Amino acid sequence: MQHKLISSSSSRVLSAAELEEIDHELTLYPTKQSVGLEALKIVQRHQGWVSDESMHAIANYLELPLAELEGVATFFNLIYRRPVGKRVILFCDSVSCWIMGCEKNKARLAERLGIGYGETSADGEFTLIPVPCLGDCDKAPVMMVGDTMHRQVDPASIDALVEGPGNKAFTVDKVGGDE
Amino acid sequence: MSAHAEQRPLTKNIDLKRGPLALKEYEAAGGYAGPRAIAAGLQPNEVLERIKESGLKGRGGAGFPTGLKWSFVPQGPDSEQQKYLVVNADEMEPGTFKDRLLMEGDPHLLIEGMIIAAYTIQASRAFIFLRGEYLLAEKRLAQAIAEARAAGHLGENVFGTGFAFDIVLHTSAGRYICGEETALLNALEGKRANPRAKPPFPQVSGLWGKPTIVNNVETLCNLPGIIANGVEWYQSLGSGGDFGTKLFGVSGRVKTPGCWELPFGVSIREVIEGYGGGMQEGYRLKAFLPGGGSTDFLTPDHLDTPLTYGAIGELGSRLATGTMILLDDQTCPVGMIGNLMKFFAHESCGFCTPCRDGLPWVDAIFRDLEEGKGAHKDIAILQDHVGYLGPGKTFCALAPGATAPLGSGLKLFADEFETHANSGCPYH
Repeated sequence: MQHKLISSSSSRVLSAAELEEIDHELTLYPTKQSVGLEALKIVQRHQGWVSDESMHAIANYLELPLAELEGVATFFNLIYRRPVGKRVILFCDSVSCWIMGCEKNKARLAERLGIGYGETSADGEFTLIPVPCLGDCDKAPVMMVGDTMHRQVDPASIDALVEGPGNKAFTVDKVGGDE
Repeated sequence: MSAHAEQRPLTKNIDLKRGPLALKEYEAAGGYAGPRAIAAGLQPNEVLERIKESGLKGRGGAGFPTGLKWSFVPQGPDSEQQKYLVVNADEMEPGTFKDRLLMEGDPHLLIEGMIIAAYTIQASRAFIFLRGEYLLAEKRLAQAIAEARAAGHLGENVFGTGFAFDIVLHTSAGRYICGEETALLNALEGKRANPRAKPPFPQVSGLWGKPTIVNNVETLCNLPGIIANGVEWYQSLGSGGDFGTKLFGVSGRVKTPGCWELPFGVSIREVIEGYGGGMQEGYRLKAFLPGGGSTDFLTPDHLDTPLTYGAIGELGSRLATGTMILLDDQTCPVGMIGNLMKFFAHESCGFCTPCRDGLPWVDAIFRDLEEGKGAHKDIAILQDHVGYLGPGKTFCALAPGATAPLGSGLKLFADEFETHANSGCPYH
């Protein structure tokens, strides 16, 4: 393999499930380069993040230059090259959420979890990451926690999120719409 | 045709209290009439003429005539036979929340629009470039695509026409710049999403070098109505030189923020005060961005302006996405513009120097102004950047978009900028 730039000793073995999904993507796109980004997403879905060993494995499997794949992985904000908490908080701080007071929610997250952007709470539960406008501006401020949209968020709902179902005010979504 | 279908062709099937219509229900409500008209003999050039005649303009922000865009795709036996349709479903413009509604609310409408577009340009394959965070839209689109495929509406022989067409639902991995159509194509090819030089335009050399049309979700959702009901009907909707309906939205401190399908030509006042319920108690409207984060500020003096591309353009702003962001009298205008500058600085792809270096400089000045560390010369530097980053000075439209709220805001809120330069932000 002429593109193989790194030794296999620093590579992990892709799981059968990962390979099956990557192989499926190879049927949808005409180039292996296109599938590189898909493979990063697939591996992240299985592993939670994309380690150096996973990078090597994908580059080897798809015969892509590692540096090019790294350039792609670090460009896209939804690819995580460091371990993240159990739930990633994608925090919208774009203009409509800012007008509707998202800074208060960010301050409450910092107070309750001790984390700012790019950081993971000490218990490994949450990682806080800013995200471009989440496109739900009539229900601002909003954020995504794991796979769930949280709308019309206020500091009390941050408390409820941190405390979990034990908090009487706990609700994942005041407006509804998610399944 | 029901009154809803006549007046609200984009949202007639959408009811937020339930899920979207399944294929059978969608067809019972008159859906997939467009592809059936094609199956009955409508030729690609006839569809193209009809769409040109309709006056449909792209709903992604630029407002480019859709039929004209399609006409640039080379056709005929000597042309490249592999052509692509790409749906720009990467909704990320600050303050814009319209395509989410269409995809979550009526996914078959988008698929029907895609079949019509793909048939017209003779694309055998389409990619929906969906932003990765839109999980509910992903789920509902995937289900609708599977239904359409099972029914033979997609595949080797679409509606028995002999036309082969299928859809790949691609979920993206983030970054605002992917909304720029050539950056989007690079992302689909698995590359860093830097915009490409134009020309060549994607219509001639796009995805993997093949002729490619990139259309916004809302644009494609207009097509089924035009084919089913005709150009005359379409043009009877809307006034003031723009035809059909548009999703208009309001966010900020109004009583009932939301997104509504309304005919072109409705006044800004009717949207903000009527549908949006007016400002919340204790808040006054100070200014607003009429079509997302990359548009020039307008003021309450402009409330009686009709919402058309032309009328908003005459005021020196842009209709763009049609989703308005309201600035109230208790929110700092300098802070609001600073928020937008931080966004654009963060989302610069870093390829061209004015954008990569200029926007972070602008962002840093706004932080100084906020904290009372600014000086009068900073305002002049900001003004200089409106020129340095404006149209024609950068590789793509990201930085020029940022100069719209910056340049108009510097004029409109000159006193507030002075106050900030003197003593920091007075709003907190």
